[in-house]
Amino acid sequence: MKVALVGNPNTGKSTLFNVLTGLNQKIGNFPGVTVDKKTGFCDLPDGRRAEIIDLPGTYSLYPKSRDESIVFSVLADKANPLRPDLVVVILDASNLKRNLLLYTQVADLKLPVIVALNMMDLAKKSGITIDVNAFAQKLGVPVVPISARKIEGIDQLKSAISYANKVALQEDTIDVESLAPQLIAHISREIEVENPYYALQLAHQHETLKFLSPVQSDRIEELEQEFSFHSQKAQATETIARYSFINDLLYDTVTKNETAQEENISNKIDKILTHRVFGFVIFFAILIFIFQSIFAWSAYPMELIGDFFVWAQTSLHRVLPAGPLVNLVVDGVMGGLSGVMVFIPQIAILFGFISILEDTGYMSRVTFMMDRLMRKVGLNGKSVVPLIGGFACAVPSIMSTRTIENWKDRMITIMVTPLVTCSARLPIYTLLIALVVPNRNIWWVFNLQGLVLTGMYLFSLVSAVTVAFAMKFLLKARERGYFIMELPVYRMPRWKNVGQDMYNRAKAFVLQAGKVIVAVSVILWVLASYGPGDRFERIEQKYKQSQYTQQMSTNDLHRAVASEKLENSYAGVLGHTIEPVIKPLGFDWKIGIALITSFAAREVFVGTMATIYSVEGDAEKMESVQQKMATAKNPDGQPVFTVAVAFSLMMFYAFAMQCASTVAVVYRETKNWRWPASQFVYMTGLAYIVSFITYHLLR
Amino acid sequence: MFSLSIKNMRLSQLEVGETGIVKEFTDLEMSVKLMEMGCLPGEQITVSRVAPLGDPIAIHVSGYQLSLRRKEASTIILQ
Repeated sequence: MKVALVGNPNTGKSTLFNVLTGLNQKIGNFPGVTVDKKTGFCDLPDGRRAEIIDLPGTYSLYPKSRDESIVFSVLADKANPLRPDLVVVILDASNLKRNLLLYTQVADLKLPVIVALNMMDLAKKSGITIDVNAFAQKLGVPVVPISARKIEGIDQLKSAISYANKVALQEDTIDVESLAPQLIAHISREIEVENPYYALQLAHQHETLKFLSPVQSDRIEELEQEFSFHSQKAQATETIARYSFINDLLYDTVTKNETAQEENISNKIDKILTHRVFGFVIFFAILIFIFQSIFAWSAYPMELIGDFFVWAQTSLHRVLPAGPLVNLVVDGVMGGLSGVMVFIPQIAILFGFISILEDTGYMSRVTFMMDRLMRKVGLNGKSVVPLIGGFACAVPSIMSTRTIENWKDRMITIMVTPLVTCSARLPIYTLLIALVVPNRNIWWVFNLQGLVLTGMYLFSLVSAVTVAFAMKFLLKARERGYFIMELPVYRMPRWKNVGQDMYNRAKAFVLQAGKVIVAVSVILWVLASYGPGDRFERIEQKYKQSQYTQQMSTNDLHRAVASEKLENSYAGVLGHTIEPVIKPLGFDWKIGIALITSFAAREVFVGTMATIYSVEGDAEKMESVQQKMATAKNPDGQPVFTVAVAFSLMMFYAFAMQCASTVAVVYRETKNWRWPASQFVYMTGLAYIVSFITYHLLR
Repeated sequence: MFSLSIKNMRLSQLEVGETGIVKEFTDLEMSVKLMEMGCLPGEQITVSRVAPLGDPIAIHVSGYQLSLRRKEASTIILQ
């Protein structure tokens, strides 16, 4: 049995979904739109299992955006495997009037429907009394009062679901046919429709409905012309008629005692949180807190995960026989997996915060305050959180852009977030700055190195905003942007919800983006671990000779071998091949190798440099690499890492798209390779240009 | 406080704390969305506050708090 959950945003729909399905949830895709498909299973009292689908929250079946259009598609498309046998409409008992609009539309589609009257506890507190029986009688459908947050009434709801009728018994709420009598009659005759309102909806939405054939859609258009059907006018008339029904219904069944207490408290909070000055101060304080937390709280778990994989890899190598297949699995695949799992703490933490911000209602205030500023550069008020999150890591930040409903704003945010200085770039900047910027103070208090680093951070933010501004003109808006947004009453966050959100997001990332990341890591691993012909064997033979084994320690031998192998690997060959292209930027083939390996993940740069220069080192231990790099000389005796080269390299890393995880996540969020591909091209192109300019300016 | 001074005043012209009654709309497409959110002809609308940067505004209507941009608010004509 398939059950769809339908309702306005902010009515506790997701909480109800979580309560009904527990951890038996799956996040999937709807073709063509970016909103998630959330499905899950629920055990009913009569022993059956119901598949529950959580449809996106919407105020009406007439969509304001592509994502909202999914709701009608799922309910109306007979061929859709998700088409529900029963619809549960969730209403916020303390705000019935507007909530009922969607209900009347769904009811008139003559789908079997049940009403879940949620937030009964809040309604009571606001002095609202509902005569549930009279309400149910007038509507002609089962009405179950519940409180999803307190888990009250859920069993009754499950019973109502199992005993629900297979056929809709409710009457029309409004006189549907009178809205466009001839049009409806003709459509009903010519196309297989189930009832008059279904025909009317086809007329309104036929251009975007995928289950109508072009022939049918054209025919409907013809009929609309013939009968002078004006979609907007008809919608307006219909909406007014529906509210008339709703007002009558509420007049007879609902009584309200005094003005809602909750609202007054909410108002007082808003006075502070959206205050001209304090509003921003508080907001930025919260942002900094979130950002710091992602950094600080994820560091330890990330280390643990990294260490676990290293331990697992060494153990496996000890136990399993040596050979290329074992190496592929243990070093290549597991290495890639390690790279995926290591993101989980950051994703979980960021989404934990976002879940709290949204649950409490604060997120809508953020949009309210920041909208004007962000709109000027082609972004959305809700773009702030992903942008700031990008200072820690672009991966969870891009995933969090799902909160931005406007398609164009969301795309621009996704495209520019990786420009912001993420934590992976930090070791590279630290290393290169320490190499060429003197460690002294200017103007007494400002450390020169620290200033340059801060400069890099600020510069990244400026470039993100600038590119966003440019994209504002380049991208065409797909739909008319509506800002109209509800400011829900403030609520305490539902912690169980928050936890479930964190779990689901992390799981979705690992299962979906994870595949791409592992694939890319394996490819790059192969490139770096294998070389053409028999070069590798010859290198090993060379270092077995006594002149080396007698003079060098085992560690030094290992590193020398590793270094020569890397230079002679496919990656090394590539490095040589691209040298003419990167020479104008001041880079040699050794840096070229590092650039190639960094395309998996930026921080790999330090490790690669260490290997090339035959020293021990990674993102954490940089002293030996730094020393070696400082004294590295060109064939003609000149130092490799001059100020020009170092800054040019930093600029390259600032702009280039060198993160397989970001690419994977952008693909997942946009469901199309066009976006990550163009992002890769524009960013790397920009990197080349800026790097070129920097190198020649500073030479 | 009701603003009866100017005929056909727009919602975007109300000050914080002032109330008006919805009369009609200038933009048909927008009007449907506004009505779906509760802004029906005959309903009282009160301006609760303004965003720190002047836009958007927060209004109280039909028991809800909505926020909308001034441009959107200007499509609502008050009695």
